[in-house]
Amino acid sequence: MSAIAPSTRIVMQAKGLVKRYGQVTALDGADFELRAGEILAVIGDNGAGKSSLIKCLSGATVPDEGEIILDGQVIHFKGPIDARRVGIETVYQDLAVAPAMTIAENLFLGREIRREGFAGNVLRMLDKKRMLEESVKRMNDLKVGIRSMTQAVETLSGGQRQCVAVARAAAFAEHVVILDEPTAALGVKEGNMVLELIRRVRDKGLPVVLISHNMPHVFEIADRIHVARLGKRGAVLNPKKISMSDTVAVMTGALTPDKLPAECLA
Amino acid sequence: MATLKEKLPPIGQLGPFIALLIACIAFGTTTDHFFSGANFSLILQQVTVVGVIAIGQTLIILTAGIDLSCGMIMALGSIVMTKLAADNGVPAPLAILAGIVVTSLFGLINGLLVTRIKLPPFIVTLGTFNIAFAITQLYSGAQTVTEVPDMMNWLGSTFPVGGTNVAYGTVLMILLYLAVGFWLRETGAGRHVYAVGNNPEATRLVGIPPEKVLLGVYVMAGVFYGIASLLSVARTGVGDPNAGQTENLDAITAVVLGGTSLFGGRGMLFGSLVGAVVVGVLRNGLTLMGVSSVYQVLITGILVIVAVAVDQLSRRGGR
Amino acid sequence: MIKLTLAAALTSVALAAATLPAQAADQPVIGLITKTETNPFFVKMKEGASDEAKAKGAKLLSGAGKTDGDNAGQVAAMENMIAAGAKTILITPSDSKAIIPAIKKAQEKGVMVIALDSPTDPASATDALFATDNYKAGVLIGEYAKAAMAGKPVKIATLDLFPGHPVGAQRHNGFLQGYGLKSNDAKTNELAHPAEVVCMADSFGDRAKGQTAMENCLQKNPDINLVYTINEPAAAGAYNALQKAGKEKGVMIVSIDGGCDGIKDVAAGKIAATSQQYPLKMAAMGVAAGVDYANTGKKVSGYTDTGVTLISAKPIAGVDSKDTTVGHDLCWGKK
Repeated sequence: MSAIAPSTRIVMQAKGLVKRYGQVTALDGADFELRAGEILAVIGDNGAGKSSLIKCLSGATVPDEGEIILDGQVIHFKGPIDARRVGIETVYQDLAVAPAMTIAENLFLGREIRREGFAGNVLRMLDKKRMLEESVKRMNDLKVGIRSMTQAVETLSGGQRQCVAVARAAAFAEHVVILDEPTAALGVKEGNMVLELIRRVRDKGLPVVLISHNMPHVFEIADRIHVARLGKRGAVLNPKKISMSDTVAVMTGALTPDKLPAECLA
Repeated sequence: MATLKEKLPPIGQLGPFIALLIACIAFGTTTDHFFSGANFSLILQQVTVVGVIAIGQTLIILTAGIDLSCGMIMALGSIVMTKLAADNGVPAPLAILAGIVVTSLFGLINGLLVTRIKLPPFIVTLGTFNIAFAITQLYSGAQTVTEVPDMMNWLGSTFPVGGTNVAYGTVLMILLYLAVGFWLRETGAGRHVYAVGNNPEATRLVGIPPEKVLLGVYVMAGVFYGIASLLSVARTGVGDPNAGQTENLDAITAVVLGGTSLFGGRGMLFGSLVGAVVVGVLRNGLTLMGVSSVYQVLITGILVIVAVAVDQLSRRGGR
Repeated sequence: MIKLTLAAALTSVALAAATLPAQAADQPVIGLITKTETNPFFVKMKEGASDEAKAKGAKLLSGAGKTDGDNAGQVAAMENMIAAGAKTILITPSDSKAIIPAIKKAQEKGVMVIALDSPTDPASATDALFATDNYKAGVLIGEYAKAAMAGKPVKIATLDLFPGHPVGAQRHNGFLQGYGLKSNDAKTNELAHPAEVVCMADSFGDRAKGQTAMENCLQKNPDINLVYTINEPAAAGAYNALQKAGKEKGVMIVSIDGGCDGIKDVAAGKIAATSQQYPLKMAAMGVAAGVDYANTGKKVSGYTDTGVTLISAKPIAGVDSKDTTVGHDLCWGKK
């Protein structure tokens, strides 16, 4: 499964984002750029502005200044629903699933399909059969190996749950999928299962923004690495050329980008 | 562990039915009059008021809330209905409607306090329990309303089915359970109630504002309390300001015995009816056996603990 | 001379002025603590007390426990009232034993404590008891029922309060004693269960639950012909159940309380006889005693029976009863 070489078409961009929480300035003129067909990892130390950046991109937070551009159009999010409407799907750390409900129900939570005709319009009955079929289809498309879509999410392992959440995002996203720490708290095997899935999402043509603390995972699947530092974009690195230790050094500020050879930058 | 995990949820759902079956067999074999159409019809009539209150309570508990004021709101509703008809000559249908409007209003108040002021449902309903009670006592002057129009008693009257008499109120209760059960199982709005109870933040993130669902649930519960107040009037033939005092806990008991989890997001509406019937069967059966009612209380308490324990165990299987 | 008279006059005026607020402070403060706020019996008791207090210029503080049996709530109410200046406490004790330490503490502070409606255990722990004899109330309706049954074989259902309650036990046992059946004495909380009693069920003194209890008893034994009920709401529920079963003409219901709603039911033929008690009188007597104590320092003592009257619309020879007109005049509740 070879990666499609990232093109230079810019899918999503942010310029000069500023976000203050009281006295604390979380984002201090941060920039961001996501290209078509790539997996962009976002890393940064605590307090570097990583999560605030992601919250602005996913619509969870409204920036005080700056603009966000999706496919050439400037957009304003008032809430996460707005982001979903323009085709940006986010998987949050707590997965946003209802554990007692089935996989199929969770996939369609908030976007349920109603039956046709009288049953659907007047009685407002859901088309459970169709939602089940769709769930099976989408999961198979992404080669997620879960036997039954009617089992409750809470019966799944952590890795499987993550796959369900990622698959849900991929199923409904039109432009961007954002994943917040998808492999945190997963064992080696499960983590790899999720990484495989992320690659498949990218291969289907959806660019992925991946926030992660896990350097080995970042280096394994990212096409480019966005380093958040001090509320700004510190650097964008090429994981194929730069070493892991140098990357960490750039993240902590021990190493400044101007000291890096050109090929390490992306 | 995996197989136990997969087996327990069905037991959690089947539990109340099994308990009911055991109770019926036990009483059927030890007494003469338990197994009869007349007796069963009677038990259903005896649990109708609690059964309908339990519909509202189930909805609220499904959202991980609880309503300690349900019985008091019901009593207020029955006083409003009967007093308007008896003292002010309001025509019965309008008086009934007014009663239901008042109970729904209390449901709305509960819902607003929970969703806007963000107070825990336990605390809110503890407060409205007292407020509703006080208003009922003041408005009624602590007097029972005895001049009740015939229409309000209609649900208490019976019609023959097979060899026995069934009350219209019983039929209404069953129809309500079927309707609300359908809504919870088959519609998006119903499924959202479960989702909000299971993970309210998740619903917010997928675009369902949990506050809207919660408010709707509390108002709906208020409507059912209003229907229950009419059923209460129909059963006793009066508007009783002292009614509803034990119904608060009785309704919660019925819901818990019925397998709905107090932690929200899990449960079957019909279980609450079974739970209410189990309590009614215990009371009826033990009286037929000549056993002191203390044992009814004891057994009910044990069943409640078993029900909650089974719920906990079946959830612990999958975290 | 004038200066002296003026000085004397001014001084006496000043002295008089100084004593005036003190006289207002001499208004007797009496505390009434009932078992609950909600039982109509206690609601009426409170009304009776407050009317009498108004008439005598006393100040009435009132409080109660949250539920029947809430001793801690009554203790707290007592402490608060004494702190607020109450010199007499009238109390219907929820727990006849557990309340004693609090009563002793009050008496040590010079407070007179009078038990209303039911005694403490021992009864001597309070200065006085104004009560109605619940056992006697039961005996009266038992005697009436026996005479009314006129030797017919009887199948009795008792709709009691709930297990362990002294008033419930006294009325129940008194009824059976009055009927001439094997019963317990007035001191025990155990309900007697002779063979003639074919069904015993708890009504909680509530209409709906009384109806349920009667329905279940009828299922057990369709031939029940006499029903003893703990109070009139339970009796009303029992009548409903009998009516639905078409049996109301052949079954006799007797009850206790004497509330106005209950007397109406006697007049309407739903209840054959009821023993009327006088909560208003108990409370009024208690307030009067409190005022007396505040003014003269004289305490009241001993047991004063505030009386019980058998009310029936159908008098029976050999049993002394009064008719419903008398009952209506003396009833408590909305007339």
